[in-house]
Amino acid sequence: MSYLEYKVKTVPTGFSKVLYLNWPLILLLSAVSSVGFLMLYSVAGGNIARWSEPQMQRFVLGMIVLFIVGMVPIWFWRNLSVLAYLGSILLLLAVELVGAIGMGAQRWIDIGPLRLQPSELSKITLVMMLAAYYDWLDPKKVSHPFWVLVPVALILAPTALTLIQPDLGTAILLLAGGGIVMFCAGVSWWYFGTVIAAGVGAVWAVLASRGTPWQLIKDYQFRRIDTFLDPSQDPLGAGYHITQANIALGSGGFSGRGFMQGTQSRLNFLPEKHTDFIFTVLAEEFGFVGAFSLLVLYGLIIFFCIASAMTMKDRYSALLTYGIAATFFLYFAVNMSMVMGLAPVVGVPLPLVSYGGSAMLVLLAAFGLVQSACVHRPRGR
Amino acid sequence: MRQNPKELEESSRQMTRRGLVVGGLQLVFMSGLALRMRQMQIEKADEYRMLAEENRINVRLVAPPRGIIYDRNGVVLADNSQNFRIVIVREDAGDVDAVIAKLRQIVTLDETELERSLKEMNRRSPFVPVTLADRLSWEDFSRVAVNTPALPGITPDVGLSRFYPMKSDLAHVIGYVGPVSDYDLSQIEDPDPLLQIPKFQIGKVGIENKLEEELRGKAGSSRIEVNAAGRVMRELDRDPGTPGKDVQLTIDARLQNFVQERLAGESAAAVVMDCETGDLLAMGSAPAFDPNLFVRGISSSDYRVLTEDNHVPLRNKTVQGNYPPGSTYKMVVALAALEAGVVNPGETVWCPGYYSLGRRRFHCWKRGGHGHVNLENSMVQSCDVYYYEISQRVGIDRISAMANKLGLGVRHDIPMSAVSEGLAPTQEWKAIRHGDVWRKGDTLNASIGQGYTLASPLQLAVYAARIGSGKALPPRLIKTLGGMEQASGEAPVLDINPAHLRAIRKAMYNVSNGIRGTARRSRIVEEGKELCGKTGTSQVRNITAAERARGVTRNEQLPWERRDHALFVSFAPYQSPKYACSVVVEHGMGGSLAAAPIARDILLFAQHGGVPPLESYPKEQREEIRQRFEAMTLSDPRPPAPGRSRA
Repeated sequence: MSYLEYKVKTVPTGFSKVLYLNWPLILLLSAVSSVGFLMLYSVAGGNIARWSEPQMQRFVLGMIVLFIVGMVPIWFWRNLSVLAYLGSILLLLAVELVGAIGMGAQRWIDIGPLRLQPSELSKITLVMMLAAYYDWLDPKKVSHPFWVLVPVALILAPTALTLIQPDLGTAILLLAGGGIVMFCAGVSWWYFGTVIAAGVGAVWAVLASRGTPWQLIKDYQFRRIDTFLDPSQDPLGAGYHITQANIALGSGGFSGRGFMQGTQSRLNFLPEKHTDFIFTVLAEEFGFVGAFSLLVLYGLIIFFCIASAMTMKDRYSALLTYGIAATFFLYFAVNMSMVMGLAPVVGVPLPLVSYGGSAMLVLLAAFGLVQSACVHRPRGR
Repeated sequence: MRQNPKELEESSRQMTRRGLVVGGLQLVFMSGLALRMRQMQIEKADEYRMLAEENRINVRLVAPPRGIIYDRNGVVLADNSQNFRIVIVREDAGDVDAVIAKLRQIVTLDETELERSLKEMNRRSPFVPVTLADRLSWEDFSRVAVNTPALPGITPDVGLSRFYPMKSDLAHVIGYVGPVSDYDLSQIEDPDPLLQIPKFQIGKVGIENKLEEELRGKAGSSRIEVNAAGRVMRELDRDPGTPGKDVQLTIDARLQNFVQERLAGESAAAVVMDCETGDLLAMGSAPAFDPNLFVRGISSSDYRVLTEDNHVPLRNKTVQGNYPPGSTYKMVVALAALEAGVVNPGETVWCPGYYSLGRRRFHCWKRGGHGHVNLENSMVQSCDVYYYEISQRVGIDRISAMANKLGLGVRHDIPMSAVSEGLAPTQEWKAIRHGDVWRKGDTLNASIGQGYTLASPLQLAVYAARIGSGKALPPRLIKTLGGMEQASGEAPVLDINPAHLRAIRKAMYNVSNGIRGTARRSRIVEEGKELCGKTGTSQVRNITAAERARGVTRNEQLPWERRDHALFVSFAPYQSPKYACSVVVEHGMGGSLAAAPIARDILLFAQHGGVPPLESYPKEQREEIRQRFEAMTLSDPRPPAPGRSRA
């Protein structure tokens, strides 16, 4: 069922839309962000102005964006999907050009006062694009090889562009996020089985390429893999970060060492503790109780998204919601796995908690889309 | 496009199914994350907590204050002085060059030291304090302290460093400390972690070295919290450690000072020993050096001056000097013969000026001979032939046994570097050492303290003290250690007939008081303070036939380093001797000429507890003595007033 077939009468209009917002989700997002403010305050050693305040400002801005996006009918966003996708691809190309002209790997572009990271944006625009694609495509054709190749190409374009930045974390998120949308859209299991088999082969190829002229990933990425496999091998070099992160996490114990009492974070043993490794600070200071609670909050966000998606009859809204939930899930799952020593360090922030403007704004905007889909769902008879 | 409602329904259901599969997988993954959290934060929490503590807590050693060394009266001989220095922290200074330029306007900085400090600063982390200047005067130090607001990163700081207030007076006894070297570390089996502290000072020679373990104390520790960069955040707790034990020597600093002054200019050694307790009151070795130079790190030019001097200032001649005792050995031979019963004190020996052994002639120092000499005259006039004769009667092994009994040829256990054993040769010794039989000629040489016989000034002093006291006194250098009185005194009476000892003492009295005594010029005229002694003049080497042919027969004609050594062993007063003294003047040419006057001055000073009155000296010498005393600059060290803290 497409939005054109909606009985427009049954869709909330005007200010009554506010009542139909997914309020539990908004509450959960605020709760998680508040955990972020608290941890950023602690990490700065009790200085609110350093990271906590700017993060709050972004959160407020993000919430405004969420409400605006949520109030705009979902069919508007559906029409905008292709444009947004192309726009983000162009931005990725622009970053690549700026990086080539300037020096080294640049991942952002300055638009006025805003510093935009197109790779963050592309995670959402890809989901929008794929949702729009499957909304357009006849469900009977989803497993047809040609109609499978099209979304694969749509996924690979931004993935390739982020991979050459190089931003392995985002590339993984794009790939996995896109894959989940395709899976939800009903693409045959066979394709996923094949891709997973091919993926295993690719990993083998990457590892085998080491030291050869056709080396597929950069040296530092290889070292990250080594370090992941055995951090103790290089405790003062690349393994230092992960070893210290594990110590911080473990030393928190059941109830933690107390707010602003974490020695690992306070004495700077933790790397990048306000961004990618902020979870270790939480785990150190609030222990298992704090870390598990955050995981539960994240889990509830996913739960409310999926529950909301299941009530949606039109493919665009449902796939968009699944896709955004999956992307959000991948964010924190990869980040937590990384700091707990279950995955190599790939540079994925903890969503809504890590310090960073682009990710916060983009995520809240994405949840704005989820809200829009939820609000503009046809109701009643 | 329109779709079949049935198909629509189907695709919607499929999407929901797939969504549930994805949600389920996500739930499984999150459960995995939760399990991992549980594993790390609950099961292995203690392990990680320990690692975190190891990360943040560093244990730093705290150097304990080194034990102070006092003389017998409480005069400080080795102290821990405050070392005023300027420390800079690069990070706080900002523009280091500008700060140093400003500092230069206030105090003069040593260029080489400055350069070293700057190098060190660049090597270390920016927050590590680096010493810019050391051993500042109080004036310079306070000027910097007052100006610190204008000198960012600069801190005036006070450390402890060894200081020897007596300067060169006790250089050889106390020795000195210096920074631990790699060599030092390689010599120690299980080095105290303290030694790893940069610039930590340990004893290099002398008491400082021999009593290192006691003086050093036990390291304290300070548990500090550091951050990842190693910066000290705060001190968690502190154990100050155990300060080193204080050491009190038997040395009398005033007497020591006098001895050093009296020996000045010579290459000489003198040892003063208490005849009642065996306490070593003074151990002078000249020339000396200022041990403070070594604490600071001696410059190579200063060091070269010390090593190239033919008077060897670095050598502690009191225990390291090995000299043929010459005629001072005659009491050993006489006592050995008397004890063996091969001669009695009244018996005379004819001295024609030589002694014939086969076809060889052994000359007396007096070419014309002494005529008939008995024991006393042989000592007083130092007749050699008398000793050639009685030594043949008693034999070398009994002579050497007597020497050992009197403290010669045995090592005395005092805490000093390279204490010499000397040598009282025996037949067995020669067989082992030279693989040769002992010959009669060897005994003749030994009987006048030449040949193989060797003794150090310390041994000669012990020897004099044992004759004077009649007791087997061991020398003692350490009076108290950490406040505990060290064993001393109760020495057994010598296993020698007291009548024989009395005869020897009387002879020694006449050496310096009798009309024909070799040391008569050095007599003490004050009643009850009489000097008793024995002169000795030992050949460094024989005057060669070629030299004799050139007309060289007298010491004065030889270059300094080939002249005879002058020796004197003595005690005073005659009745119930109190002090024993040995003096060796290297290449001093004659015991009566060079050594005896020194011994007299020292023993008089000891008996008077200060510069002796001129009345103690024979009239005709008083003017000369007065001038000598006036030329001396005595430091007159005093113990700190009671009640004042020694810390």
